[in-house]
Amino acid sequence: MHITDLVVPLTIGGILLCGLIRRVDVAEEFTAGAKDGLRTAAELIPMLVLLMTAVGMFTSSGAAELLARLLSPLAERVGFPQECLHLAMIRPFSGSGALAAVGELFDRVSPDSFAGRVASVLMSSTETTFYTIAVYSAALGKKPDARVFIAAAAADITGFIMSSLTVRLFMF
Amino acid sequence: MLTILLLILLLTAFAAGFYENTWSDISAAAVSSCVSVIQLGLELAGAMALWCGLMRVAERSGITRAVGKLLAPLVRLLFGELDAPSRQAVSLDLTANLMGLGNAATPAGIAAVRCLEKSARPRRNTAMLTVLNTASIQLIPVTMGALRAAHGSVRPFDILPAVLVTSLCSAAVGCIVISVLCQGGE
Repeated sequence: MHITDLVVPLTIGGILLCGLIRRVDVAEEFTAGAKDGLRTAAELIPMLVLLMTAVGMFTSSGAAELLARLLSPLAERVGFPQECLHLAMIRPFSGSGALAAVGELFDRVSPDSFAGRVASVLMSSTETTFYTIAVYSAALGKKPDARVFIAAAAADITGFIMSSLTVRLFMF
Repeated sequence: MLTILLLILLLTAFAAGFYENTWSDISAAAVSSCVSVIQLGLELAGAMALWCGLMRVAERSGITRAVGKLLAPLVRLLFGELDAPSRQAVSLDLTANLMGLGNAATPAGIAAVRCLEKSARPRRNTAMLTVLNTASIQLIPVTMGALRAAHGSVRPFDILPAVLVTSLCSAAVGCIVISVLCQGGE
């Protein structure tokens, strides 16, 4: 058992218990809230269909490998491991794809090697950016703001560069 | 912007399809993605229902108010003055992210972004929240630690300091860029 396995059960249990102690009508309030949640989720889906279909076509086309090949001279100059380029190209678009890419990488190199560690740090300190933006703009019912893409891309590129820098600094 | 981005995604996919001859994969993905989005939507619906139900109970028991007060300084720094419900929703989203709830943090973010939509600077504040959520601020990288251990890492969690520094840097850059870009007003 890991301590982090306790977070979700304790949160749920704590909230319900607190509600009981404060004499809140737990079942009534819970279902009222859950109804709102379901409505929100239903409103999200149409926008997600458009965005995630495009993302699915992108990730399955081999475009990430192509981009990785194009970017490899640049990566070499900033000291970013070649093995992790494919992961960096997939990461903003597909969480499960990125996890698979890390698994593949760990089959080839040790997770404790330089590339293995950079991949671990990169994976843990970035998000599925495109998916996140898609969900939030779908929740607002508007097209995503261009400025959000620019800021999120800046954050991601910082994350890529810093992941190889911090691994070099702290571990090699 | 969204249209341009979709166009870029598709054109890159088509270029790759042309070079690598992956047309059959692309068409298979188009058909299967729209189906898996609905599955994703159902999962999200389950998570949203649970989260929003719990949060309603938490709100009635005064828990959200306490969390909101705790994180008030940080929220003020990032979003300026907010009304109480928005401040609480944003605090809960930040807490869920820090605890490493990952996908389970999405409902909290959606609830928060919907509150911020009605705040004084809706475009700037919803943009800020979205960027914060794309920048994964996580205290313990649980999934990655488990994957590293499964592949025979000697010390699976020794990436912790590097992860913390990296995610703080990228979140800071994202926040700075979005607040500079949004300075011109709504």
